[in-house]
Amino acid sequence: MPAKITTGAKGLFVRLFRLAVRFVVLQPLGAAGLLVIVLMVFAAVLARWVVPYDPVVIDFGAMLAAPSPAHLFGTDQFGRDVLSRIIYGAKTALSIGFWSSFIGCTAGTAIGVASAYFGGKADLVIQRCTDLLMSFPIIVLALIVGVMLGSKNVAGVDLNLILAIALPILSRAVRVIRAAALTVREMPYVEAARAAGCSHCRAMFLHIAPNVIAPYLIMLTAFIGQAILLEASLSFLGLGVSEPTPAWGLMLSGRSSDFYRDAPWMILFPGLAISLSVFAFNLFGDSLRDRLDPRFRT
Amino acid sequence: MTTYIIKRLLLMIPTLLGVATLIFFMLRVVPGDIVEVRLRGDSGSVSQEVIDRERERLGLNRPLPVQFADWIKGLVTLDLGVSMWTERPVTTEIGIRLGLSLQIAVMAAAIAVLIAIPLGTISAVFRDTWIDYVVRVITIGGLAVPSFWLGMIIILTLLVVFSWAPPVMYTSFYKDPIANMAQLIWPALAVGYRYAAVVARMVRSSLIEVMREDYIRTARAKGVFERVVVLRHAMGNALLPALTLIGLEFAFLMGGLVVTEQVFNLNGIGRLFVDAIARNDFILIQALVMLIAVMFIVINLIVDLMYGVLDPRIRYK
Repeated sequence: MPAKITTGAKGLFVRLFRLAVRFVVLQPLGAAGLLVIVLMVFAAVLARWVVPYDPVVIDFGAMLAAPSPAHLFGTDQFGRDVLSRIIYGAKTALSIGFWSSFIGCTAGTAIGVASAYFGGKADLVIQRCTDLLMSFPIIVLALIVGVMLGSKNVAGVDLNLILAIALPILSRAVRVIRAAALTVREMPYVEAARAAGCSHCRAMFLHIAPNVIAPYLIMLTAFIGQAILLEASLSFLGLGVSEPTPAWGLMLSGRSSDFYRDAPWMILFPGLAISLSVFAFNLFGDSLRDRLDPRFRT
Repeated sequence: MTTYIIKRLLLMIPTLLGVATLIFFMLRVVPGDIVEVRLRGDSGSVSQEVIDRERERLGLNRPLPVQFADWIKGLVTLDLGVSMWTERPVTTEIGIRLGLSLQIAVMAAAIAVLIAIPLGTISAVFRDTWIDYVVRVITIGGLAVPSFWLGMIIILTLLVVFSWAPPVMYTSFYKDPIANMAQLIWPALAVGYRYAAVVARMVRSSLIEVMREDYIRTARAKGVFERVVVLRHAMGNALLPALTLIGLEFAFLMGGLVVTEQVFNLNGIGRLFVDAIARNDFILIQALVMLIAVMFIVINLIVDLMYGVLDPRIRYK
């Protein structure tokens, strides 16, 4: 069916709508993932207005209350509302997840493109370094970087925690982007750009980088999920986000395991929140890969 | 083959040297050290003199090049030093815990392989049907569920359904195999789910790729049963990439154990690593990092050698 050409603001809206419908029809799982992500973002941004209770206020009158209409997900050992803490936790998870994935993927892309473009010795050294970093489980690397940097609060977020999560992501991004950029480098238009007098910088960032945007976007989404998982694990160990900031991993750590029998909701809901959000990012990342990168289509 | 192995083993040296250097200097830029964690931890008011004396005793105030030379010399002679916290040799600290963690890792690997290969195959054979969708949701779920939370849910389920919790005290496999399994099967399941999911996804995609090959079409054209085509003709080639991933993920299992051992209150390598990090026990962290690096390299070598055995097209010279 030939698409009717529409113009103006209304046309844009119609086109966006068609695009959305196509995405839902072709990638139902990815669309479901996107829906969860959008809901999470809304919850995080509007946290202050949608929470039923203040997430850090201690209420000894309501300790370990079971889920009820007053407290939908129950309360913890300090009487704090679990639902409110989960909604605020979305804010922590999303901001740390997004920024570490963004920093890791963006820096990794810059290094990967440069590595592929220059080749030779520089490429070799960069590749050996990423090999070194990739021979460690990401959580081990993040823990070491975390202890190396200590913690540093900037605007309510632990900047060094973000960097610690970004480093393992960076090394993996370098690898993927380098492979993609190697093929782009051989394209005649890169040679033409150089012949026309473009600087190395211009050739790399205006002619090669735009052509590795597909793997970049795929990694960015997929790694947000990984980063959320990693942040939760670190916080669970007591080496990530610290109290009283509401964070999902933190809600599961420490004494919460003393309440297995009496207050299973304290364990159930934060874990579901982690799983659901990582699941959503993985689903969306998978569909994005199917749509954007035909080489990986299976 | 022998020369190939020797060549690979020699290539380990520069890599390990790189890891050793990197970890040494990464840890030394930390502003705090173990003395501060230990002495400032409880009271808060310890005189500078006491701190200096403790640093002197642990050798922390020596110039960095001297400490570095010591570390490299220790690596060569396999003397990795003494834990700064417990004051026992790190090889002892690691030795008493390695068995436990390795056992969980091997059990998790067994669980993963047993689940992943059939699951991945079914998913590939019934590609784009509802069976495939169910399997894919299960496997993507495996990448999303944190293993430590899965462990907590397992404990919770055991408690609620059977009113039974896994024993807290560790029993050696040689003393009482049943009690040992009853305790360790749960953490193995918790970390095994993710492992199985990763491998199953790989089996699925590589089987789908192999099924497009010409020789598969030939086999079908001459009337071979579909079951035989999949199991005899395709599987062999499809499992090779999965093998790499099984090895790689095994080396990375330590990552899952770091958190999961905490949940099951097991005193393994993962627990040791978290404690060492929390206490800034540099000597112990260094030794554990080297252990992980050696394991990673050795497992990679084993996987490469198995490739040569399983795939006659690959020859190592």
